[in-house]
Amino acid sequence: MSPASRSDAWRPGASLDVLKLRARMLDRIRAFFAVAGVLEVDTPALSAAATTDPNIASFATCFNGPGGGARYLHTSPELPMKRLLAAGSGPIYQLCKVFRDGEAGRRHNPEFTMLEWYRPGWNHLALMEEVEGLLRAALGAERELPAAEYLSYREVFLDIVGVDPLSADARELRRVALDLGIDPPSAMQSRDAWLDLLMTHHVEPRLPRFTFIYDYPASQAALARVRDDEFPVAERFEVYLDGVELANGFHELVDAGEQRARFEQDNGKRVGMGLPEMPVDERFLAALCAGMPACAGVALGIERLLMYAAAVNDIRAVIAFPEPIN
Amino acid sequence: MGAREQRVIAAMASFSTNEFRSGLKIMLDGNPCSIIENEFVKPGKGQAFNRVKIRNLLSGRVLEKTFKSGDTVEGADVVDTSMQYLYTDGEFWYFMHPETFEQVTAGAAAVGDITKWLKEQDMCEVTLWNGDPIAVTPPNFVEMRVVETDPGVRGDTSGGGGKPATLETGAVVRVPLFLEEGTVIRVDTRTGEYVSRVKE
Repeated sequence: MSPASRSDAWRPGASLDVLKLRARMLDRIRAFFAVAGVLEVDTPALSAAATTDPNIASFATCFNGPGGGARYLHTSPELPMKRLLAAGSGPIYQLCKVFRDGEAGRRHNPEFTMLEWYRPGWNHLALMEEVEGLLRAALGAERELPAAEYLSYREVFLDIVGVDPLSADARELRRVALDLGIDPPSAMQSRDAWLDLLMTHHVEPRLPRFTFIYDYPASQAALARVRDDEFPVAERFEVYLDGVELANGFHELVDAGEQRARFEQDNGKRVGMGLPEMPVDERFLAALCAGMPACAGVALGIERLLMYAAAVNDIRAVIAFPEPIN
Repeated sequence: MGAREQRVIAAMASFSTNEFRSGLKIMLDGNPCSIIENEFVKPGKGQAFNRVKIRNLLSGRVLEKTFKSGDTVEGADVVDTSMQYLYTDGEFWYFMHPETFEQVTAGAAAVGDITKWLKEQDMCEVTLWNGDPIAVTPPNFVEMRVVETDPGVRGDTSGGGGKPATLETGAVVRVPLFLEEGTVIRVDTRTGEYVSRVKE
């Protein structure tokens, strides 16, 4: 008998209690933004453009109607939301399903719920504090949240790994990983891959329970501004709760030329990795040219937060019908 | 196509990290290994990895290995086959496939410390790598004759305390005090414990 035809295979992965908890949490999130004067918006899940990020894979499909052609399921609502900001929307938020190909595991499901919001005129440091407030509001009395620690990426690596992540080269990072007993994959050329390996294998399990990490290596800027310090850093932050990554935020890049250069750089990396080049969102670039207000934005994984609220360590226990994996 | 060519093709199969699951047999640094546990980890904006717990099927050692998600590894031609134990000449242990009558020869490394549970005619699970035995698992329960033990104590059927008894293969197990030489007993090979008397 195939696993799918087992007599109990139709049942939800999450208990009804967890599904009710999810509904209460979404209510409190909407109430939080209503009080804060942030507008709820809705942007398309289906798009002719797709993320160029070499580490994120989009599901591809095809539209067969007028003006048809390749379409992609969004991996985040970021670019259309920024077009709304450029059109003068003011502060906005969205709760939606996003889709990422190839991702399934204890903390990953190929479709998941993202809460994303933008604050015109704010930087990433101000937004981090609002994220802490939102998390406390969303959890309500369901489960206590420890005191938050705010640490720079550099401080985290100096404290936990004992290496400077901004100056160390790939060879040194490799040596550190080997000294820590990590058996690394072959063909790890980039500094960032080594930093990611140290982050997932060594840092995450040793972080303070509730941590905001900010100011990432410039090479991991994604769509964040880069600030020129002694070593340039990306004005980006991540939120970790019990070693689980909950949210990623940026002091947003607004320079159209720089943004186009990063898209092209991403596509160059994709070619080098044997991945397809992705169609760049020209309407988004046009919005940046027209002028998007300086702002900070953040994306938060609702199921990850729900895992914390329900005190479970498998994402399949908080999704009604998760992707079945081995 | 002969059995040998089939094996060559099976050994060339490769698996992507997406196909990893517990029990999958792969080659790692020239050793056949079995996946125990597979975890997908990925920073939202970073490189995805598969952290895998693996048992080296030759040494029995468990190790942790990390792959970049999407990497491929060569599959290992490892199969578990039910075979009948025939005999040992002291250096090798001989097993036979019950239907094809094909025989395989296992060395000391493959049988390890389970030789004391090998009784002629019993069916065992033999793990074959490229057709050669690398591990032998005895049946969970074996029935063996007691060849040496202190005289039985009549009237004592509680089994409390017990006494050592040597079985026909040389295995020593604790048995109840009332058991006598010549009795056939049932033993759990996973724990090495006496289970019951066997009526003949």
